[in-house]
Amino acid sequence: MIAWTIYITFAGTILLLFLPRAFSRWIALLTTSSTFAISLATFGRQDLDLAHFATIVRVPWVPALGMNYHLAVDGISLTLVLVTSITAVSSVLFSWDVSERPNEFFFWLLLVVGGSFGVFLSADLFLLFVFYELVIVPKYFLIAIWGSTNKEYGAMKLTLYSFFGGALVFIGIIAAYVSADSLDLNELAQFRFSPQLQSWAFPILFVGFAVLAGIWPLHTWAPTGHVAAPTAGSMLLAGIVMKLGAYGGLRVAMNLFPQGFQMWSNWIAILAVIGIVYAAAVALRQRDLKFVIGYSSVSHMGFVLLGLATANVLGVSGAVLQMFSHGVIGALLFAVAGRMIYRRTHTRDLDELSLMELNRMLPFAAFVFVIASAASMGIPGFSGFAAEITILIGAWKTFPIAVWITGVGMVLVAAFTLRALKKSFFEGESAIPSGDVKELAVSPPLMTSPAERPIHLEPISVPEKLGASFLIFATVAIGIYPKFLLDRIQPAVEAMRFLKTGG
Amino acid sequence: MSYLDLLKLAAPEAIVTLTALVVLVIGVTTSRGTAVAGVSPAMPRRAAAGTAASTAFCTLVAALGLVIAIEAILMLPAHANLFHGMLVTSPLNSLFQILCLVLAFFTILLASRETPNYGEYLAIILLATIGLLLLVSSEELLMIFIGLELTGLSLYLMTAFDKTDIRSAEAGLKYFLFGSTASAFTLFGLSFIYGMAGTTSLAAIAEGLAAQSLSPLLFAGIVMTLVGFAFKIAAAPFHLWAPDAYQGAPVSSAAFIASGSKVASFVVLGKIVLIGFGPVHGSADWHAMVAGWSPVLAVLAAFSILIGNLVALVQTNLRRLLAYSAVAHAGYTLLGIIAGGREGFSATLFYTTIYSFTLIGAFGVVALVRRETGGDDLQDFAGLSARSPLLAGCMAVFMLSLAGLPPLAGFFGKFYLFSAAFRAGANHGLLWLVALALFGSLISLYYYLIVLKVIFQTQGAETRSHSILAQNGLSRLTIVFAAAVVLFLGIAPQFLVARILDALP
Repeated sequence: MIAWTIYITFAGTILLLFLPRAFSRWIALLTTSSTFAISLATFGRQDLDLAHFATIVRVPWVPALGMNYHLAVDGISLTLVLVTSITAVSSVLFSWDVSERPNEFFFWLLLVVGGSFGVFLSADLFLLFVFYELVIVPKYFLIAIWGSTNKEYGAMKLTLYSFFGGALVFIGIIAAYVSADSLDLNELAQFRFSPQLQSWAFPILFVGFAVLAGIWPLHTWAPTGHVAAPTAGSMLLAGIVMKLGAYGGLRVAMNLFPQGFQMWSNWIAILAVIGIVYAAAVALRQRDLKFVIGYSSVSHMGFVLLGLATANVLGVSGAVLQMFSHGVIGALLFAVAGRMIYRRTHTRDLDELSLMELNRMLPFAAFVFVIASAASMGIPGFSGFAAEITILIGAWKTFPIAVWITGVGMVLVAAFTLRALKKSFFEGESAIPSGDVKELAVSPPLMTSPAERPIHLEPISVPEKLGASFLIFATVAIGIYPKFLLDRIQPAVEAMRFLKTGG
Repeated sequence: MSYLDLLKLAAPEAIVTLTALVVLVIGVTTSRGTAVAGVSPAMPRRAAAGTAASTAFCTLVAALGLVIAIEAILMLPAHANLFHGMLVTSPLNSLFQILCLVLAFFTILLASRETPNYGEYLAIILLATIGLLLLVSSEELLMIFIGLELTGLSLYLMTAFDKTDIRSAEAGLKYFLFGSTASAFTLFGLSFIYGMAGTTSLAAIAEGLAAQSLSPLLFAGIVMTLVGFAFKIAAAPFHLWAPDAYQGAPVSSAAFIASGSKVASFVVLGKIVLIGFGPVHGSADWHAMVAGWSPVLAVLAAFSILIGNLVALVQTNLRRLLAYSAVAHAGYTLLGIIAGGREGFSATLFYTTIYSFTLIGAFGVVALVRRETGGDDLQDFAGLSARSPLLAGCMAVFMLSLAGLPPLAGFFGKFYLFSAAFRAGANHGLLWLVALALFGSLISLYYYLIVLKVIFQTQGAETRSHSILAQNGLSRLTIVFAAAVVLFLGIAPQFLVARILDALP
């Protein structure tokens, strides 16, 4: 049944091409919410074996080359399908106001979503790669046509980086395919590749995927791409596309080449830690709100890579949980910055925003941004905390030093998040000290004369409120009860063969 | 061996020849009005109407002739061999003869109303098609050379056919000069091969060469032969004619040069080196090169990929851009032949097939836009998505397939080619070429995306001459069909791969 997420999404894209544009956003909403319903319903099913990558569909596709249309699901895939559908629904809600060529907009958007579902559910290496590459071009058009700030540069950079990563992945996939003469991921995971092949094929494959996950120093597409993208585009990039890279690294590179992974895991951990600290430090100095969030994405994805590098159950499960968590939180942050603030004020410059007393004008936005920032900083009670603590416990066993350095990074994360929060919302002349969050959030806008309020900002619309509440609910729910996901992720991770024994 | 047998086996060629003659007669007798159109500006309207009718009639006859020729191929026996390989029928040859005829068919549909003297133009296209049929169906050096010459001479004429455009004349002359030099090289090389092997039949050449080592004389013969083919497929550094020919020729000629001529050249190149020169394969493996034809082709491929992609980056004319990208694609396609074997050759055949459909479609779009805006520079395509969403969508399919993105045929084609090349060679020795080709595709994505950006991002405010894009039903149909083929073979590549693999011995 979970396979229908793919079919429904692609059916939605075809409908969008043929139905009049008045329907487009409704089609998109209907499509994405039904995929959400499906993935949630699949979570509820007890009869599904989520500990193994269990086949759902398997049809011969190109028998001459051993390619199959082969889909499978386990706890990891299912978690990522869930976060994809959550991000998709909310990104549609946050693009409710797209009036320029809406058909095409939602067409590209659904292509990204459908391709991502495909990647997460593919059990055939070629099929996985098809879906993986399918996602590249829609991103280009989403950004180049509907983007802002330097959009053509950002779009092209993003696309070329993705395609570069894709080229590396291509080499790795062909190496695996030619050596083992199979494309079935489960068969490949049992195959014993020669250590010599693993030693060069693993880094190529992993780095190829990790480009999309924003690994330092190949992360530079992420901030520019996020900034240039329209709101929904940033949400998809942060929420879904970066996960594609991390997922590919886990499912393909690490699972296929365990020995190669052991040879290189230290290097991955080093790059991950550099990424966490470096991106956080850079974010501290940004003036553009979206750049701050873009770098925070890189920093958070550093945690995912660190978790993967630990090669033990806790670390890797935490990494998957962090993928979910960052998907939700990143999407929420970009929604506030892109839709709630930028669409109304037409600026993202923190200094300009600080003059606007946005906490009075957009109390709901302030409320959402406070929650998102708290979640992003890793305050207990939100999903970010559950994920990062799991990763750090896992990492403590393998890389104790990395944990210490990461601790510095977390302080920096808190610092830049608070700085952005303060500057964007709580720095008007008559601002109340930013400690008392709750009261601020619910306090009605003060009555001021038009002269004191130079810009009229339209109120937060219903779809925005819905989308924000949806994402907040997701992060809080998982923050309070992470077992819901972890119970399904952990058995699936335990089934993988790269785990260090005794780890 | 009676001549009746010959006539039976050569029925497709004979039918196309007859069609060419009939079309020529129709053209000459009915379109005298147009022949003087340039001279007397006050041409009566009735003559114009008569020309339109005769054009349509010519197209109809030519198309019909091609369809009958396809029928004739389908009725040929599965295996036959006349005069030691001069005319060979085999599943592979028939498959690609049909493909050449289909490509000619589309070219003719695209060519409608392209030039005055329409009948003559069609007749030359058909003559070129006969050359392609001979090329594909022959496994003997002399016949191959005759096929090459027949195709080449017809294509030179087709290139120079636009008498109102000086660039067309320039392109034709350049193409002719380069082409005749390359032919001379080929003939010289073939004479060396004949001298060494003592025969002109490919299978016998292989036996003859197996007995001897690679002498300098033989190597010179091989290299010279390959030069001629490198010219045909526009591989660097023998590609210099391509940009001018693609840009200056009438659009349908360019489409035919890029598609039909390319397919046939790759088929026959593959046959010559894999069958005829099989014993002197050599090796193109990194650090382990062994003299033979494969390192020569590997160097050609590497040059083509680099030069084609890098120079394409700075083009502002879409047809020139397609020409340089064609150079790069020739490089990719050579990978399969270098890899050799059944898998490598079938990958090459698959790729060149889908490539030709892609280019027919892309040139079709160029032709329509040129008719609308009067130019084919990139800026003439600005806002095409607003003027004609259908054409813009098709162009997106073609460009993305060329860049090698799923779910289009180009993606599968590249995967097939690269995995074949990776598999060949001891210890993945061809990895360097695969990595280079992937690097090339990365570069190419940039310029293909620029084309699409121009088409999709800019929204032209005025919708001028909407009608021109909406007219030309035949051209639009061809374009949509080509796009459908590219999409279909991307989703279901098995359809073609299985056929090619069955046909290969």
